Amino acid sequence: MISNTTKLTRENFPINPERATLEGQNKYLGFWFFLCGETVLFACLIGTYLALKNSYSTGLSSNELFEYPLILIATIFLLTSSLTSALAVYEMKRFKFVNMQLWFFITVLLGCSFLALEVYEFIHYVDKGFKFTTSPFSSSFYTLVGFHGAHVSFGILWFLTLMLRNAKSGLSLVNAPKYYLASLYWHFVDVVWVFIFTVVYLLGMVG
Amino acid sequence: MQLARKQSLFKTILEYFVTVDHKKIGLLYLFSGLFFLVCGTVLALLMRIQLAVPENDFLSGQTYNEVMTMHGTTMIFFAATPLIFGLMNYIVPLQIGARDVAFPFINALGFWFFLFGGIFLYSSFLFGEVPDAGWTAYASLAVVSKGHGVDFYLLALQLSGAGTIMSGINFLVTIVNMRAPGMSYMRLPLFTWTSFITSALIIFAFPAFTIGLILLLFSRLFGAQYFNVAIGGNTVIYEHLFWIFGHPEVYILVLPIFGVFSEIFSTFSKKRLFGYNSMVFAVILIGFLGFMVWAHHMFTVGLGPFANAIFAIATMAIAVPTGIKIFNWLLTLWGGSIRLTTPMLYGLGFIPSFIIGGVTGVMTASAAADYQFHDSYFVVAHFHYVIVGGIVFGILGGLHYWWPKMFGYMLNETLGKISFAVLFVGFHTTFFVLHFVGLMGMPRRYFTYLKDQDFGDLNYISTIGSYILVLGLVLIVFNYIYSTVIREKAVNDPWNGRTLEWSIPSPPPMYNFKQVPQVNSLDAFWYEKMKGNSNMSSPDELSDIHMPSNSSLPFFMALGFFIASYGLMFLDKGSNNIAFITLVIGGIIAFGSMVLRSTIEDKGYYITKKQLSEEDPK
Amino acid sequence: MKKIKYFIFTVFLFLVGCGNEARSTLNPQGEVGKLQLQLMKISTWIMVFVIVVVLVLFIIILLKFIEKKDNKDFIPEQVEGNRKLEIIWTIVPILLILILAIPTVYYTFKLAVTDTEVVNKSKYLVNVNARLFWWEFEYVNEEFITSQELVIPVGKKVYFQLKGHDVKHSFWIPSLGGKQDTNVERTNRMYLIADKPGVYNGYCAEFCGASHALMQFTVKALPLDEYEQWVKNMKTKEKVSTNLNGEEIFNSKCSGCHSTDPLDPRPLKARIAPNLGNFADRPLVTGILKNSNQNIKEWLNDPEKYKPGNKMTNTYGELTEEETNKLIEYLNSLTR
Repeated sequence: MISNTTKLTRENFPINPERATLEGQNKYLGFWFFLCGETVLFACLIGTYLALKNSYSTGLSSNELFEYPLILIATIFLLTSSLTSALAVYEMKRFKFVNMQLWFFITVLLGCSFLALEVYEFIHYVDKGFKFTTSPFSSSFYTLVGFHGAHVSFGILWFLTLMLRNAKSGLSLVNAPKYYLASLYWHFVDVVWVFIFTVVYLLGMVG
Repeated sequence: MQLARKQSLFKTILEYFVTVDHKKIGLLYLFSGLFFLVCGTVLALLMRIQLAVPENDFLSGQTYNEVMTMHGTTMIFFAATPLIFGLMNYIVPLQIGARDVAFPFINALGFWFFLFGGIFLYSSFLFGEVPDAGWTAYASLAVVSKGHGVDFYLLALQLSGAGTIMSGINFLVTIVNMRAPGMSYMRLPLFTWTSFITSALIIFAFPAFTIGLILLLFSRLFGAQYFNVAIGGNTVIYEHLFWIFGHPEVYILVLPIFGVFSEIFSTFSKKRLFGYNSMVFAVILIGFLGFMVWAHHMFTVGLGPFANAIFAIATMAIAVPTGIKIFNWLLTLWGGSIRLTTPMLYGLGFIPSFIIGGVTGVMTASAAADYQFHDSYFVVAHFHYVIVGGIVFGILGGLHYWWPKMFGYMLNETLGKISFAVLFVGFHTTFFVLHFVGLMGMPRRYFTYLKDQDFGDLNYISTIGSYILVLGLVLIVFNYIYSTVIREKAVNDPWNGRTLEWSIPSPPPMYNFKQVPQVNSLDAFWYEKMKGNSNMSSPDELSDIHMPSNSSLPFFMALGFFIASYGLMFLDKGSNNIAFITLVIGGIIAFGSMVLRSTIEDKGYYITKKQLSEEDPK
Repeated sequence: MKKIKYFIFTVFLFLVGCGNEARSTLNPQGEVGKLQLQLMKISTWIMVFVIVVVLVLFIIILLKFIEKKDNKDFIPEQVEGNRKLEIIWTIVPILLILILAIPTVYYTFKLAVTDTEVVNKSKYLVNVNARLFWWEFEYVNEEFITSQELVIPVGKKVYFQLKGHDVKHSFWIPSLGGKQDTNVERTNRMYLIADKPGVYNGYCAEFCGASHALMQFTVKALPLDEYEQWVKNMKTKEKVSTNLNGEEIFNSKCSGCHSTDPLDPRPLKARIAPNLGNFADRPLVTGILKNSNQNIKEWLNDPEKYKPGNKMTNTYGELTEEETNKLIEYLNSLTR
């Protein structure tokens, strides 16, 4: 373990900087537990959605509603952003701060594009008369997808805060775990999207 | 301890607002838990007065429902949970030889979220709109409940639930990462083990509740349609979500109590816990099965005979690991040298009481018979046997046991024994007869019963019992005050304890262990004592100790969310700008504190070697 | 002192399985309740066995192993465990649980009504509609409606289709058998049998609001011939009423919600108040008060006092003393 006073260089930078200190180890483990809880959270939301999927009442049903090309593009944005955040962590482990910041910045851009598409999608649906209060289906759809969107927004804010906060100080063993966890969180949000894509949009196609 | 110079009272209080020390947070939990316990007891007494005689008009139907809802919610979320968290916070780090928990800041944050949740819930009395849909707040009723009562319930539990999840993660990481050298998993004291499993249950159970609450909140505030059955909504979803959380919640509360009693039995019979390995295995199994049985609360919902039969058998299966625990405790006592101290009396009172609560649990698990038991007073009797006879006995026994460690002085033994006896008699008088009230046909949550239906006599006995029970609690609180005034000084190891917390001064210094202890066995301290050592040895030299610095941010973060909750709740008042402004102000305080937290680097501070050696009295 | 003796005596009575036959699960009056009591007894005996074993051990421990004054420094042997014992107290509970599980599963399936065909074809079929805070009973085959008082034939399997129409309630007649919830989103089905004629209490067993405790009903089990006569009477349309004056008041104030016709043609949604078709024959007013002129009067004057949160308060304006009396007269004439 490296003490806090040693100057970090590419040579002495640990292979797993996120777990090089006790604090880092704690955060790393704690965050995994947090993600366990988040998994249950989304599982419950998805369960609720599945139970109410066919209760569209007088509103639009899932196969009349979804705009597939749009969703496909959004999905590509989000999946790519997962890759870029992984590249950022790769650069972090090589102690290349600027590269890391750059990859995270691209991640944020992709995340923002995803969000923009999602907001457009929602506005579009509302225009079609598919509002939050239209039917049990619409309520559960907006809740599930909206919850995911809120997670994406939080991830973006997290990345931005980290990047701004550490722009001058560079990489250290204090902020390496934070970057790492933000990226882990981003992957998680991405995986959740894969489930939402399957359960909401692909299953929606069959009605 | 000399490090803390004499301080003014104001400064001491202020310190509790900014503390990140697990011991101080533990005390905060304990005292706020005791406060809410008193509130919940008063509410219970009101109900028992109302039910003493038939067709009583002491409380109206509506008021009774409010009192009942608040009683249940308070006791589960704001009395039992914080009292257990208080014990866990104080004791677990000491038992594993740690200087603090893994996330001191989040620990404080969790506490303030819980406390503000409790204050939020009780502020409903000031607004005159009190939750009235039961502690379960089933969807159809909670959605149509008038006024903001149920909103208070939803937001209060959302706040305290967030705090609970934070604490759960914190304990898990603490126990995994912060153990002293040699403290392997199979050397963990059982209280730590049960705290560990409980924390894991919290992580998996509470999010389901969070979603249940959110669905209700969105339905009530934003007109979401999940529960609108006229257009295809479904209210049973909420029941599932609630009980997916609600059943593990029972184990979240009772498992640490199993741990407390394991410590007490072992200490006061001077014997190693019998079958330690199978005890650990049983706890894990109970925790696991706890997630498989939620639908036994829903046997009468009409899930069909397949579901009912499966959940019935799964529920009965829990009796097996619970039985293992009971017999292991009995065999721990067998052949021991039993000292009848007050904590031990709680332990000995716990066994028969909990057995009754346990067996009635198996009886209600029998689905076809449960059609009769369900939602009758039989169930009320059953879960009060588990909660009072198990959890409350455990908390009070545990408090008496660890009190000298926490405060450095003993609780009065004579008063302790008398108060236990009164409590025990009152408890059984109150709740034993309620089994029969239920079997005679009285449904639960009835604010009154008719004169010509013969529920009167037994209810009257129960009310008398509840007075005795409350007298017991009053005596216990009196003992706390009396002993604080008398201050009979406690030595480091007053009970001839077995685990690490007894090897350090009472009360412990802020850094707990001057040198991290080397653990060589289960019951580490007992092992050293038997070898003739009076202290734990340490693998490390005496060195500087790094401590986290205090912070007022947890308080303000929770305060922000607390204020914002009022705003959110009153948003529905149309053109009402005040609600919106409140929401924004709360949001700014909360997110402002978060930003401050992430920009100010907390370097902590060091207690130097010099200070440490100066401090040593010997 | 006498009262205490009486208390102990009552408790003892319940322990040996007595209880009021109108409402006790311990004194069931029909097949379903009897099966359930049987299961309750099986589980009780198994559990009593467990309690006795634990208590015997517990008492031996208390007698033998309390620390003696002269022996304070005694350190007992630090036993780790005992594989054999631990296996025994794992296996034995499993066996006990199996003994309980088998009848549980058997009875659970036996009591379940899964085949809707059987229900639809059954001769005695009642739709139970639960509302805040009253019960409507719709005789499906006979096509008439009554409220607050359920009448069933003795010795026949009567099927019920249960549904709640505002919030969730639960349909429970303790002395006839266990309960089922009246869900708001779907219909639950169950059956009950009454072995002998009698009057039984029915309750709402799912928390539903301010007057949950007062959402009660009565069940009257009649011998088959009397039951058939009752059905016939209910279906004869003509009213016996001659009280025109009271009827007028009823029509202007009450008939917007209440019907006096058991064959009420309105759809379920429109039937927002109890059907009063055979009001005068019912033993209770609003399911809880004895059916007397005085009680009807007080109920009409202030329903809120007797059932807080009910839907009737303030829907019919003020009634003068005279109007009330006439109404009562009219209501008393509603007999079949």
